[in-house]
Amino acid sequence: MAGAEIDRLMQIFARLPGLGPRSARRAVLHLLKRRETALDPFLSALTDVRDRVRSCSVCGNLDTCDPCAVCADPRRDPGLLCVVADVDDLWALERTRAFPGRYHVLGGVLSALDGIGPEDLSVAALVKRAAAQEVAEVILALSATVDGQTTAHYVADRLRDCSVRISGLAHGVPIGGELDYLDDGTLSQALRARRPV
Amino acid sequence: MEWRDAGIVLRVRRHGEAHVVASLLTASHGRQSGLIKGGASRNRRGQLEPGTIGVATWQARLEDQLGSLSFEPLEATAPDLLSDPDRLFALSSACAMLEATASERMPVPELYDATLALLAALRDGAPLEVYVRWELALLSGLGFGLDLGVCAVSGSAEDLQYVSPRTGRAVSAAAAGVYRDRLLPLPEFLRPGRNETPADALMLEQGLTLTGFFLVRHALLPVRQTRPGLPEARTLLLSRLQRLAERGVKEMTLPD
Repeated sequence: MAGAEIDRLMQIFARLPGLGPRSARRAVLHLLKRRETALDPFLSALTDVRDRVRSCSVCGNLDTCDPCAVCADPRRDPGLLCVVADVDDLWALERTRAFPGRYHVLGGVLSALDGIGPEDLSVAALVKRAAAQEVAEVILALSATVDGQTTAHYVADRLRDCSVRISGLAHGVPIGGELDYLDDGTLSQALRARRPV
Repeated sequence: MEWRDAGIVLRVRRHGEAHVVASLLTASHGRQSGLIKGGASRNRRGQLEPGTIGVATWQARLEDQLGSLSFEPLEATAPDLLSDPDRLFALSSACAMLEATASERMPVPELYDATLALLAALRDGAPLEVYVRWELALLSGLGFGLDLGVCAVSGSAEDLQYVSPRTGRAVSAAAAGVYRDRLLPLPEFLRPGRNETPADALMLEQGLTLTGFFLVRHALLPVRQTRPGLPEARTLLLSRLQRLAERGVKEMTLPD
């Protein structure tokens, strides 16, 4: 139906997260029909990203400069270090604009069942950063899953010799969450982590 | 083909974006895998954490196909353990050990019951001895139970301090003689007529070393030719206990 080049492009699109063969076909058609307004800017943005984006040598974030904009920002509190599993978690926290400190991306979580061990994560670099004089608190912002919390405990254990306060994110009722619809685990965690009102 | 059975989630792997392949330990059908459609969704992910107990329905056209699973969670284990590193590591380790050692589709009802009891004990904050005892039950369930009741040499139940790595039978201090360096230490909490003092990190480490030795030899070496060692989760549990033992933690206590 389509040429080999277009087919190949559609196959590449279909492999992207969130896209299947149908949506890949629509996206490719959209690009091809709007060369100037869609395809050229898309191509230019892709080339820019390929040529300029790199992993920050300090925190592991993705940015066009190294150190990244977050690490280089002098307004950020160097005493607060937030540990996240991946760059998407860092971006999620940044969207909240609630965290004034800096980050450290581990590059995943320990997954005992999938054989991802401590040496596969940037734990040693984290310990080195946390040992710096200026760091006062390390916040472990990892998922409330068995793997996420196993990683959190492991990291906390490794940081024990650094003189920093170690904290973790709270688990409980989400904003807009109705108790009746929450799962038992979240409810019991929320009850355990109750606070005075 | 279709069956319905109680099961425990051992492991979940992503299959595409929306689905997962789950591995369960079931009461009457052994370890069983199957595709759970929509299992990777935000709502379902939390229900498929390792250690979740529920009711599974498995369907396939032929018996040896992967099949599709539906899983109705009844009781979650992980949420109660997330803030308790020792028991969380024990949960991960138990699931990884079952995944690595239990044969697929071979019923192991005693092991299923022992695992249910372990999960309940971990949720209730029982001392970590329960995990070591569960590994003894795992060995037994796989057909390689250890005999820790009497001395293999003298037949006495007194002063048992070692285990023979060759036979898996207990040996008393007197009978060990010059061979004691070649024997595995038998931690106090596994000896008959032990006192009620809770096991400390060092004893637990000895217990895990003991069970780990036989699990590798009998259960893991024959089936995991490429990676015959203990699963990473088990190694993490042991190294945590080793770190605690180095710090001299005398008693494994519950967190606040």
